[in-house]
Amino acid sequence: MKRFAPLLLIVAVLGLAGLAQSALNDYYQRVLAVIAINIILAVSLNLTNGYSGDFSLGHAAFMAIGAYTSAILTLPARTKAIVLPDLPLWLSQVELPFIVAILIGAGLAALVAFVVGIPVLRLRGHYLAVATLGLMVIVQVVALNWQPVTRGARGISGLPPFTTLLWAYGWMLVTVAVIWRIVHSPLGRAMMAVREDELAAACRGVPVFRTRLLAFVCGALFASVAGALWAHLITAITPSSFSFLITFNVVAMVVIGGAGSISGSVIGAVLMTLLPELLRRVETTLAIGGQPLYGLSQIVIALMMLAVMLFRPQGLMGRRELPDVLAGLAGARRASLPAHAEAAGEA
Amino acid sequence: MPPSSLLQVHDLAKSFRGVQALQDYRLELGRHELIGVIGPNGAGKTTLFNVLTGVTPPTHGRIVFDGQDITHAAPDAICRAGIARTFQNIRLFRRLSVLDNVRIGLQAHSHDRLHEVVLRLPGFAARERQLAQQARELLDMLNLADYAGAQADSLPYGLQRRLEIAIALATRPKLLLLDEPAAGMNPTEAEALMRLIARLHNELKLAIILIEHNMRVVMGICQRIQVLNYGRLIAEGRPEEIQQDPRVLEAYLGIAA
Repeated sequence: MKRFAPLLLIVAVLGLAGLAQSALNDYYQRVLAVIAINIILAVSLNLTNGYSGDFSLGHAAFMAIGAYTSAILTLPARTKAIVLPDLPLWLSQVELPFIVAILIGAGLAALVAFVVGIPVLRLRGHYLAVATLGLMVIVQVVALNWQPVTRGARGISGLPPFTTLLWAYGWMLVTVAVIWRIVHSPLGRAMMAVREDELAAACRGVPVFRTRLLAFVCGALFASVAGALWAHLITAITPSSFSFLITFNVVAMVVIGGAGSISGSVIGAVLMTLLPELLRRVETTLAIGGQPLYGLSQIVIALMMLAVMLFRPQGLMGRRELPDVLAGLAGARRASLPAHAEAAGEA
Repeated sequence: MPPSSLLQVHDLAKSFRGVQALQDYRLELGRHELIGVIGPNGAGKTTLFNVLTGVTPPTHGRIVFDGQDITHAAPDAICRAGIARTFQNIRLFRRLSVLDNVRIGLQAHSHDRLHEVVLRLPGFAARERQLAQQARELLDMLNLADYAGAQADSLPYGLQRRLEIAIALATRPKLLLLDEPAAGMNPTEAEALMRLIARLHNELKLAIILIEHNMRVVMGICQRIQVLNYGRLIAEGRPEEIQQDPRVLEAYLGIAA
């Protein structure tokens, strides 16, 4: 039974996504797709910020790389002739299938993360956070000024709306599965060792730098996938789409869900996508003296984040995973057996 | 090189901004030797371990381990070459389980590649099972088996010290460096630890360098003792010789004997 649980989950998720795709209206479909994309972003950021312990703020940069790459590679040649007339010839002729464009974008983001990571990952803590923030600024500036390819501040619109619910949830499953497997392997243990005590890890044979680089590159790869999915969901991208605001939101999802827990990131992403959406409706229906309460949703979310940080600083899930929590609730509570160890032992 | 020699240290020196933490240090260590390094606080004992394990590079000198020059090697490479250590102030992977702590040590010699892990290629599950099995055996040997699932920092102090030794052994060292393993222990615990170290030394055929302030422990198990003071080697010999040495008495008690 337990062996088939993941398989059942995959079938259920894809089945529901397919069902929703044919039954729900555009608005709900879009919210559901954004949830999937945010899950990809949060789970992949967790690899650095939760597991290897490197606080990266550069996720939006890799998203932008994926979004622009996929946009330029999939845009029909005829549209490109009008929208991007100055595109280099070889780029103006290509018209690739979505999946190929996503994979090329992911490869590109991974390459950038690798090249940038070699100098930047010599830093730690706040310094690393600021340096990765710098990476985001650089990518934005490039997108803003590389007119022939990115169309600058005007951005690229009219992208083919490839991102269906099946695409979004399919990639979400791939992301969660790959990162789950990395985390529950010697590579993941090495990441956690580096997070806990870098010097001690090195003295016990963990190749510290390589381990941190691996987490950074894998995180960037999936951020790029999320960026591509997002571009073809909204069908328009500008450099400002990939601002600090996105990074901030994803970091909040990871922290609220519990850095170091994949299910935590999933839960964080779902909450942080659904709540603003629900509260926005309250804003317009609730009114004091005929005046709608605009901004209420942001205030409520901010207060909830404060509450989580005050009362559960380790995040909703801490470092535990959902299957272990469920098993703990179902079976008799075994004394002082941390869920993590068991999960690692069985995975 | 004589076949019995595992570690040769020549003229080792380390200075921190002009402060000579270690100078003219030398050592020739046999493959199955257990030696003690003693000296007052600040004598350079921990600096010696830090230099030997690549944590801080030496300012001068040469370290040859098992026929290999490791003077400027990185800590993880030195660990894989076969030198493991414990720390004076215990350094565990605190929020991970006891089992995971040991597995991290064990995987120093396994090289899982990303695609093998992601695709769960054949052999992955078997390797993981083997790793867990070996980890349990090690915990068994150190009487920690009951705590396998517990979070490392939830263990009582004495067991945390033993867990640190377990992690060090997990990397399959030829040379084990123990930095004040009996610190903070009561006489009974220190006695038990001493027997444990002697047992590991015999059963695993290890070479061990032991830094320790507890003289009963050092004198009880070490075959040879080096005395450091102000970063310099001031005496070297068998335990009974060291106990009589006037320079040692002076360094410790501050009087000319």
